[in-house]
Amino acid sequence: MTLPAPLAELVDDFADVTPKERLQLLLELSEELPALPERYADAADTMEQVHECQSPLFLAVEVEDAGEQAVHLFFSAPREAPTTRGFASIMSTGLDGQPAAEVLAVPDDFYLALGLGQAVSPLRLRGIAAMLARIKSQVRRNLKSV
Amino acid sequence: MTVPQDNDPKLTDYAHPERLVTTAWLAEHLGEPGLVVVESDEDVLLYDTGHIPGAVKLDWHTELNDPVTRDYVDGARFAEICGERGIGRDTTVVFYGDRNNWWATYALWVFSLFGHPDVRILDGGRAKWAAEGRELTTEAPKPETVEYPVVERDDATIRAFREDVLAHLGKPLVDVRSPGEYSGELLHMPDYPQEGAVRGGHIPGAASVPWARAAAEDATFKPRADLEAIYLTEQGLSPDDDVIAYCRIGERSSHTWFVLTHLLGFGRVRNYDGSWTEWGNTVRVPIVQGKERG
Repeated sequence: MTLPAPLAELVDDFADVTPKERLQLLLELSEELPALPERYADAADTMEQVHECQSPLFLAVEVEDAGEQAVHLFFSAPREAPTTRGFASIMSTGLDGQPAAEVLAVPDDFYLALGLGQAVSPLRLRGIAAMLARIKSQVRRNLKSV
Repeated sequence: MTVPQDNDPKLTDYAHPERLVTTAWLAEHLGEPGLVVVESDEDVLLYDTGHIPGAVKLDWHTELNDPVTRDYVDGARFAEICGERGIGRDTTVVFYGDRNNWWATYALWVFSLFGHPDVRILDGGRAKWAAEGRELTTEAPKPETVEYPVVERDDATIRAFREDVLAHLGKPLVDVRSPGEYSGELLHMPDYPQEGAVRGGHIPGAASVPWARAAAEDATFKPRADLEAIYLTEQGLSPDDDVIAYCRIGERSSHTWFVLTHLLGFGRVRNYDGSWTEWGNTVRVPIVQGKERG
């Protein structure tokens, strides 16, 4: 599995600890989810909702025109939804600033390697799979329009 | 009943007021012997961001379900789950959680399968407790393990299986999912299959009453008169009816089960926990699409 370096590092962090500690790690990540920049603050309706997440999550994707076409990710999820925020934070930490080609190359089932199935449940993990699918689909759309 | 009941006037209107407590009552009784508060949320991490002081966590996915078979835990495991949280058979258990107590009522329903005598819901749940500025803490409680007897689950009284639903067709069914799920319209989004069911629609004859209609803005249950207006007047149900409620996996319908059973005093309500993820995947069961009950 070829993952962008920051995402690979996160996957290793999760793999190295016990299921209970993985939950703690996810909680810490949820607290580190960057705040939405000013230009999206009042623009929730221009963002895409990830319906597969159990709590409301909005996502925006930007792709740089030049160079490696780096991808930038923006998320909005309520504080009462730490799991969803944690998933978003994994995406943000692991994929923000990465070249579009690398983001598109992330295997759709990469999240299985996080080993969260036992601690979080497979049903809840559907949200993270959907998040990646939507990120990729927005990256593709962005690339077409460039 | 170990701990006295909450005699708040809103609660005493309900058929079984002993099944609810107010936030004020809980604040006053926290830490009393014989009382254990259990938080059960949709979000598996929410408890860890801060919870009612002394409350223990119970996760519906990872703890109430059997890890292999699609079923609830058995009596032996249930006894462990309770014992390690300091819950004895005579303990008063107050459940609360996120999302209008959706998962709290689910946990209460599972406790009821094992016949735990004194189970109650914190009216308004986590949202109301937090909105009132009451204390939340990240300090983990350290309950002393107690003995809980191994009790067989009773799957006949408040739980319905697919065969029970087939035999029930023609009698009152309540579909508590959203109108879109009921009619069978799929949110059509390329690349994203609908979750878990190959067919959309509802069980023939089922009334569409989304579960959240029973909840007020502040996440409390609506007063009895408002609930009667929905379930009795509008839907024509009667407390003597034999009713089965269902949703997608039996969680949202636990909320409606609680409302009909404990707030409106229906005598026979069963929750079909197989719900749409079973029915919508089952070969040759009848399905109705569209807004009509069929």
